[in-house]
Amino acid sequence: MKRWVPLIFVILSAVVLLVGLFLGDVGAVWGKAAYVCLECIGIG
Amino acid sequence: MTMRRAIQVAAALIFNPFIPNFIRGTIYQGTLKHICVPGLNCYSCPAAFGACPIGSLQVALSSVRGWFSGAVAAATALASLYVAGVILLVGAVAGRFACGWLCPFGFLQDLFYSRGRRKIALPGWVLYAKYVFLAVFVVGLPLFVAYPASPAFCKWICPAGTLEAGAPLVLVDKLAGRGQFVLGFLFAWKVSVAFVFLCGMLLISRFFCRTACPLGAAWGLLNRVSLLAIRVDQKACTKCGFCRSVCPVDISIYENPDSAECIRCLACLKCPEGAVTMGLRGSAARIGDEAHSTDVA
Repeated sequence: MKRWVPLIFVILSAVVLLVGLFLGDVGAVWGKAAYVCLECIGIG
Repeated sequence: MTMRRAIQVAAALIFNPFIPNFIRGTIYQGTLKHICVPGLNCYSCPAAFGACPIGSLQVALSSVRGWFSGAVAAATALASLYVAGVILLVGAVAGRFACGWLCPFGFLQDLFYSRGRRKIALPGWVLYAKYVFLAVFVVGLPLFVAYPASPAFCKWICPAGTLEAGAPLVLVDKLAGRGQFVLGFLFAWKVSVAFVFLCGMLLISRFFCRTACPLGAAWGLLNRVSLLAIRVDQKACTKCGFCRSVCPVDISIYENPDSAECIRCLACLKCPEGAVTMGLRGSAARIGDEAHSTDVA
């Protein structure tokens, strides 16, 4: 495998992460469900 | 204590700093929860500061479904890229390295399993179950079931949530006589599933990682393109079987150094022939010689 192939994967992953972080409303997703999900652990 | 064990302990403590919450019966809900940690660590665990990538991915993908149906704003759906990006980036850099060195639930499994035990071989088809869990429970159901969908993997399968969060919270709740949780069929189901995995973890090394972990499945697929890679010098390798004898997931690394099962614990770098090394993929630089002389597993 060419040396640049893994680097391309790393760069693309970082771009995806940064787009989601800066353009996405991360707080809205977590605020609704993931802060405390008692149903997820079977006690809600 | 070996270097790997020390790092596993440190990672478990860093990911779960709010230990007094176990006694209080509360769950940390600050903004640090926005951070996805590189490992299966239930975000409903009372001590957890961050979010489990698998739980987060299900919630985020459900919001994508909500966006399709007009119930959720585009910015909320875009947040799913953040979660996917965290998973992809960790895997693209080091494949399943986080499974072997950072994942708190992997560490728990290492503690449960007794090394002296005779290895029990798993049938090959069982190893594919984790891909089914990833495709169906983590990606498929959140994307195709009407918004808002419950995180199906967390709710019906994940033993980490039961062992790290559900069981301790219920135990403290019962001891304190608060009665604040609803216990019914779902809790009984979760405890039963956790019991099955617990038995498996006692008998078979890394049983959950190998059979059911969707995070390990995703990172395992990236083992073959990750920046950090294991290399085997086929000329030096005598196929003595040492690597398989020390491997927690029971693979012969010389057969496929990029195996999706390999959790990159680096135990095989202690190869007596020095045939196994780790380095940057496509580069001449090697890390194996240093690791070979260090107690890494």
